[in-house]
Amino acid sequence: MNSTPLLVTRGLQTGYRSGGKKTLVSEQLPELTIKAGRLICLLGPNGSGKSTLLRTLAGLQPALHGAVEIAGRAGLSSSELARQISLVLTDRVGGSNLNVYSLVALGRYPWSGWLGTLNDSDREIIRRSIEAAGIDALLERKVHTLSDGESQKVMLARALAQDTPILMLDEPTAHLDLPSRIRLMRLLHQLAREMNKGILLSTHELDLALQVADEVWLLQSAAPLQMGEAPPQPGAMSQPGAMSLQMGAPEDLVLDGTFETAFEREDVSFDRATGVFRIHPAGKRTIRLSGSGIAAFWTRRALSREGFNIREEATTHIDIEEQAGRTAWRLRTPNADRQYNSIAGLLEALNDPNLS
Amino acid sequence: MRIAPEAKNSPLLGRTPSGWRWLGLLLLLILALLLDLTAGAVRIPFRDIFHLLFSRSGGDDTWRFIVDRIRLPKACTAVLAGCGLSVGGLQMQTLFRNPLAEPGVLGITAGASLGVAAVMLAGGSMATLYAIKELGGSGSWMVTGAACLGAALVMLVVLMLARRVRDNVTMLIIGLMINSITIAITSVWQYFSNPEEVKEYLLWTFGSLGGVSGNQLLILTIMIGSGLAVAFLSSKMLDALLLGENYARSMGLTVERARLVIICSTSLLVGSITAFCGPIGFLGIAVPHLARGAFNTASHRILMPASCLIGTILLLLCDSIAQWPGSQTVLPINIVTSLIGAPVVIFLLLRTKNLKVY
Repeated sequence: MNSTPLLVTRGLQTGYRSGGKKTLVSEQLPELTIKAGRLICLLGPNGSGKSTLLRTLAGLQPALHGAVEIAGRAGLSSSELARQISLVLTDRVGGSNLNVYSLVALGRYPWSGWLGTLNDSDREIIRRSIEAAGIDALLERKVHTLSDGESQKVMLARALAQDTPILMLDEPTAHLDLPSRIRLMRLLHQLAREMNKGILLSTHELDLALQVADEVWLLQSAAPLQMGEAPPQPGAMSQPGAMSLQMGAPEDLVLDGTFETAFEREDVSFDRATGVFRIHPAGKRTIRLSGSGIAAFWTRRALSREGFNIREEATTHIDIEEQAGRTAWRLRTPNADRQYNSIAGLLEALNDPNLS
Repeated sequence: MRIAPEAKNSPLLGRTPSGWRWLGLLLLLILALLLDLTAGAVRIPFRDIFHLLFSRSGGDDTWRFIVDRIRLPKACTAVLAGCGLSVGGLQMQTLFRNPLAEPGVLGITAGASLGVAAVMLAGGSMATLYAIKELGGSGSWMVTGAACLGAALVMLVVLMLARRVRDNVTMLIIGLMINSITIAITSVWQYFSNPEEVKEYLLWTFGSLGGVSGNQLLILTIMIGSGLAVAFLSSKMLDALLLGENYARSMGLTVERARLVIICSTSLLVGSITAFCGPIGFLGIAVPHLARGAFNTASHRILMPASCLIGTILLLLCDSIAQWPGSQTVLPINIVTSLIGAPVVIFLLLRTKNLKVY
């Protein structure tokens, strides 16, 4: 990964200017780089300025301070930018009378002449983009008849047709069902590898991001806002609500606890051991579990849902045993020893008040 | 893999339109043109129209006079106004991504009206009134000049504000506000004028295609021609704006500059038409929808000429209806366009079940 970066920021500070006032969204950010062939996930809680950062990097809104250098130069004109960065935004395009092919073809806008005529190579790039995004079946459809998932893929195809080294996506997985999210993330990962694009996407899908991202940019409050605290006042240069950014390989961020602190709330916690958020608060009852493999993993999940903490010293003990190709759960308490052949049966017995 | 058949030789957007649609529209245009030339208080048969049009001598002198001096200029004006209003409407609907936008949303039409009101209601100055009467209603240079001035003034204000505005929704609201300010000023003027002057002004607001001839027609042609040229050249920008401002920006469009170009073009078209013909409603809002329905595309390279054709045909038909053959009364064009046109559009939209918005 020694390739020259496609995009570098220098002392970037994002925010809004309206009238004479400046509203700071982020603190001065560390030097951010997007390299070819890398997939970067931009994570952060709601309102942490993910979109603002994305828009600033893409040149849709000016930075408050600092510069974004693309292809080694700062201050590119909008038509130069359009040949470097393509976007998939959250904006709806549903109302227009466009069909899918036309919409994808619009991606050639920065490369076509003043009349917008397409030549053979344009058409070839459009064809490949359609193929890559897998939307062959949708070409004749009107944009407003597409489902959210289809629409997202079509907008991705349009961005691919723009044929830029950098691709940025603002929450591309929002509104998608789980399989579509996974497919989209996998597709983006492939695109980064196979087409050697630098991809930056903002998302709330922590677990997916951990799996596909080469790098994670994590936006979080520099000094977390207290509940009920007023939002940052416009005009001030250094604000308690401004966001800071940490970056690194996703695994590093998990191991050094950055993830945990970023998403820590009163009632939600990130489990470093499993890489998922704990839905169930830690329970009061303790239990001992022996066994390994898939059955043990799912048993542990079931137990944590029921509010059990798994401890070595517990008096209640579950053994997972393989018997003639079938899994059996053996439950031993100081005064009982029983066997169950499903987790449901086991849980029912555990919740029986007569058990202990 | 399968590529849509339209991919063959399409422009940036949309399918190559079927040739027969263009052919059909052209035929309709010729029919409407002939109908418009025959219609009027004096009935001139089709056969004689051909003769009068294509040979320089012979035929009935009265008929020749009527066709050359009255009906042909009127038909030309209808063609120009039909093109200009339709294209202006198309541009506004795409710029503001709003199916209800029409050329008047920026207040240009109201500006022209204000100019006319200023002349006609100029404090009852007898000299002005006399001048208008002498030169003949809406055809007078003074009225036209004042309307141009009013439209240009409003356009300047709009352009100045447009440079400070970052998004098009704000621009739309500002345009509507300017529109109502201008109308309010005109109303104040009416309120303090005497009834006869107000009647003159009201007559002007009914619109008329008949008052433009000779040099005026030449000037109108130049203004509409340049407005249309700018509009056609901005087709690509309008295509990009279909996806909204953010996407347009990301594809390299300077939205502010595009907005200025589009507003200039629309203002030129609508301002000059209103100045010469008075306000003509309905076409600007309806024709783009009809064009989208007829060609089933969003590409402005197709929608522009399609709107021109459909707008022209509609205005010619409305004008023919306005002078119901054989009848002596002539209805004002602005009334006919709305009265006849609106139900037609409602019918067509209901039939397609699906409003093809912007």
